Formats: sequence, structure tokens, C-alpha cells
Amino acid sequence: MRTARSPWFHAVMIPFTLLWLAPIVFVVLVSLREFDDIATRGLGALPTSLTLDGFATALAGGAVATALLNSAIVTVAAVLASLALAALGAFALSRYRIPARRTILLVMLAGNLLPPQILLIPVSRIAQGLGIYDTLFALVVVQVGFGLGFYTFVLHGFMRALPSEVFEAALLDGSGAGRTFWSIVLPLCRPALAALAALATTWIYNDLIWAMTVLQTDAKFPITAALLNLQGGYSSSWNVIAAGSLVAAVPTAIVFFVFQKQFVSGLLVGSNK
Amino acid sequence: MTAVQQARPEAPAGGPARRGRVTRRVPPLVWLFLLLPLAVELFWVFWPAMNSFSLSFTEWNGVGAARPVGLENYERLLSDPIFATALRNNVIWVIGFGGLSVVGGLALAVALNRPGRGVGIYRSAIYLPMVISLAVTGLFWRVMYQPGGPIDSGLGVIGLDGLQQQWLANPDTALYAVLIAAVWRQVGYIMVLYLAGLKGCDPTLEEAAAVDGANAWQRFWRVVMPQLRGVNTVVFAVTVIDSLRTFDIVWAMTRGGPYNTTQLLSTYMFQQGFTLVNLGYGSAIAVVIFLLAIAFIITYLARQARAEEV
Repeated sequence: MRTARSPWFHAVMIPFTLLWLAPIVFVVLVSLREFDDIATRGLGALPTSLTLDGFATALAGGAVATALLNSAIVTVAAVLASLALAALGAFALSRYRIPARRTILLVMLAGNLLPPQILLIPVSRIAQGLGIYDTLFALVVVQVGFGLGFYTFVLHGFMRALPSEVFEAALLDGSGAGRTFWSIVLPLCRPALAALAALATTWIYNDLIWAMTVLQTDAKFPITAALLNLQGGYSSSWNVIAAGSLVAAVPTAIVFFVFQKQFVSGLLVGSNK
Repeated sequence: MTAVQQARPEAPAGGPARRGRVTRRVPPLVWLFLLLPLAVELFWVFWPAMNSFSLSFTEWNGVGAARPVGLENYERLLSDPIFATALRNNVIWVIGFGGLSVVGGLALAVALNRPGRGVGIYRSAIYLPMVISLAVTGLFWRVMYQPGGPIDSGLGVIGLDGLQQQWLANPDTALYAVLIAAVWRQVGYIMVLYLAGLKGCDPTLEEAAAVDGANAWQRFWRVVMPQLRGVNTVVFAVTVIDSLRTFDIVWAMTRGGPYNTTQLLSTYMFQQGFTLVNLGYGSAIAVVIFLLAIAFIITYLARQARAEEV
């Protein structure tokens, strides 16, 4: 039954894969061309000489670097806070007889499924009311609040599947809830936490709409929003726009290549039990 | 799999012997553990969501007090031609974006299901766009679609010069041009879901069908597809929810233009709520998006709730 693949498989898949990656390859090529070369020979032409001018212009003035730093701060803070809070909630819901815990869990998950549009205007008003509008802190708390339901749900599923003997032993040892959580549950949850961290990093780093909702000053924008500004400023300098886009894409691409397994299992863990 | 789950007698939720591993007494610290995330989510998700509903019955530009107007915003939506365009575009989006990414993702999952030489590389290549943000994807494809850009050049090379055009500036093609870019990024995700689904299928069933003389096509539709029912439900719900949320890629590529022809409900909502600061009207559009999404959210939740039962 398990016969070898027909030779047609690679004959179809190789060109298909190359075509699939073509947009990325083209953007790389455009980013390495000179502005004058693009202007005279057209965007679709292959480069004759390579230059890093596009990257230099995109990074000049430090706006892109600032934006990358903003993205890094928001992503690290939001991922850590989300996973910490979600782990606490999931621990309580999975190991203790909390009344209506299944309902609480599903309601929390439902919060993450809501279209963000229903939250945008009030969230922006609430941030203004609290005096945190236009701060990275606001972006972090909003990201945490919106993602929590999903992370809690996934970690709950994982924690519930942990062997009960471990907990009985901890109970006999007189270990309190705090110590059980910290020294038993968290270490055991490392694979799930790694998968969620890989996933959450790309989600939060890639976000645009929340940044546009709670931020106003260009200097505070994360990279996604800053890039759209760059595009406005260099609307015909395609080499600059291509270079900026690549700079923005590199961090998540690294996460992906290093943590591909965690990333893929993270995608599955919530949506496909 | 679903049938098995349903046939399983449900344990009484509060029954003492349901799960031995669940501790009986809830210490105060554990309540605190639960209340921390719950409070954050209630404050930043459920409270704002409810506010959108009440805002949608008002007219407000953010200064002073909101003026209650009853259902006026919703009545205005009914006669708003841009809202009608956005709604129609969203339907096209659900069908086009959903259909293409599901067909593409499923076909690729079937093709790349069995391990073999090169399969890992093919899979990684197809996943890769998924990690690029929608905003950056939009910029990538803006480069692709420029006049004289790679797409036009490619068409020229294969002798289809007649098709060359201003893809994103032409009202007839702009929406589809954005849609293709979005599909490019989504296919990898759908493929991941289906690859996992295929892994869960029983290979002996397919082998038995092959012995009985079923060809590959029949085996796929009659044997494999029925086993993927659970994944299909998830994919369907996820696709519709994603379609209604789509914002970044349109914003990065066209901002709803030219002449509002790529306006989706989400971009129109953002324009009304944030660019024009019609907070009441924007909220009304947000409520419409919510009402369209809720049935699919419930479908997804119901499936997850069943999975939790096991």
C-alpha cells in the first residue's frame, strides 16, 4: 500500500514551492537594488548590482530601530505576563473544584474569539480614562487581556492531563498550592509553555490593530505601525519599503526557524484536540 | 471520533468521584490565582465589549457627553452605500479567502502527509508566510503588484501582456489582489490543521477500501473526508472568524480604497470610529461584526467544550 511517490510529486512540488517563496525572494531582490535602477529599469527587472542603500535609508534616523525596540519591549512583557497569568488561572481551574469552572474556562476562551472591532473604541476610551493612552504599557495590558482566554484554555488542557500521582504526592508532603504550582506544575508544563510562547511572540509582534488603537505618537509605534508610516514617507522608494519590511519580518522568521516544532504544535494545541 | 464522545455517558459535573485528582477544598490563594487573569480579561475584554453595545445607541464625537439616539445608527447603516459595499466585500472575502485557503491547505496537506524526501522542506516553505505579519505581507504584495513589478513582468514572460494592469488601483481587481495576498499567508495554517487531522485518520480503513478496489479519489472522499469532520468544523469556524476580523492586510495595501472598493466591515468600522471619530456609528458597525461572528464563535466553543469532556 505504501508505495513510493510518483516522480511527478517532486516535478510539481519543486516549482510550486519556488513560486510560493517568490514574493519573499522578489522583495529581497528589490531591497538590494538602487533606487535609480528601479526607476529606470522597472520593479520587475532583475538586479544588475547589489547595494544595501535601501536598508541604510530605512534604518536612517533611527525610527525603525526605535520601533523594533518598542516591539521587543511590548512582545517580551506581554508574552511573559500573559503566560504567567494564564498559568495561574489554568492551574486553579484544572486542579481545584472551582464552581462552574468549565463555564468560566469557555467564557474566557470566548473572549479571545471576539472580533477585536467590538473592543477597539471602548478600549481606547478606557486607556485615555486611566491616563495610560499612548504608552507601551497600555499596549501590553491590552494584548495580555485579549490573549489570556486562549492561553488559559490551552494550559488548562495540558495541566489537566498531568498525572494525578504527582499532585497526591505533593499534597502528602504538605506542599501548599503556591509551591505545588511553582515547583511542580510549571516545570512539567514547559513544553506547552514553549509552544504558546512561540505562538504568542509572533502574534503580539505582528499585531497592528491594537497598536493603532492605543498609541498615537510615532516614536512609540511598534514595527508594524512604523512600517506603514515608512511606506507613507517613501511611497515610491520601493527598495526602502522592501528593506524595511524585511527588517520587520526577520525576528519572527528567526523564531519560526528556531522553534518550528513548538510553533506548529502551538497552532494545533488550541484548535485541534 | 465525535460519535464516540457523544455516546460516552456524561459524568455529573459536581459528582464527588468525577476525578480523583481534583482537590476538594479551594484554598484562598487558588482563588487569587483564578481571579487575577479573570479580572484582567473582564476589565479589558468583556467590559469594553459591553460598552460597544451601549455606545452603538448613541452619537458621540468623544467630547462631552454621548447623545442617545436609539436605533438611529442602525437605521443609517441600512441606507449607507459604503456599509453595503463593505458587507458585500466581506461575503466575497469569506467565500474567496476561506474557499481558496481551505482547498489549498487541504490539497497540500494530502500531498505532504506522508513523510519522504523533501517533504519537510516543502512544508517549511509553505508555513513560512504564516510568521510574517499581515501588515508586512501587505507591503510585500504591494511590491509584487506595482505596475512593472514582478506580477506584470511574469505575465509578460508567459505572453499575457493584455492582463497587465494597476492591480491595486483598479476597482475591479483591488479586492481580489488583496485577497490573494491574504490566502498566501493563510494556507500554511490550514495545512497545519489538516496535517494533524490526517495523522489522526485510521490508515487501515483506507487500505481496506483500496483492497476493495476504491480508487484514490473515492478513498479520499468516502473514507478520509468523513474522518476529518471534526477538523472541518474547526477550520470552518476559524476561517469565518478570521475573515470577519481581517483588517491589517487591507489597511496596509489599500486602506479600503480605491473608492471604498476594498472596504471590509473591519476597515470601515476603523475609519468611522478612529479616523472620523464617529464613535456611535463605528460601534454600531462593530456590533454588526460581532453579531455575524457569534454563531461561528459558538460553533467553535461547542467543539472545544466537547473535546474538554474527554
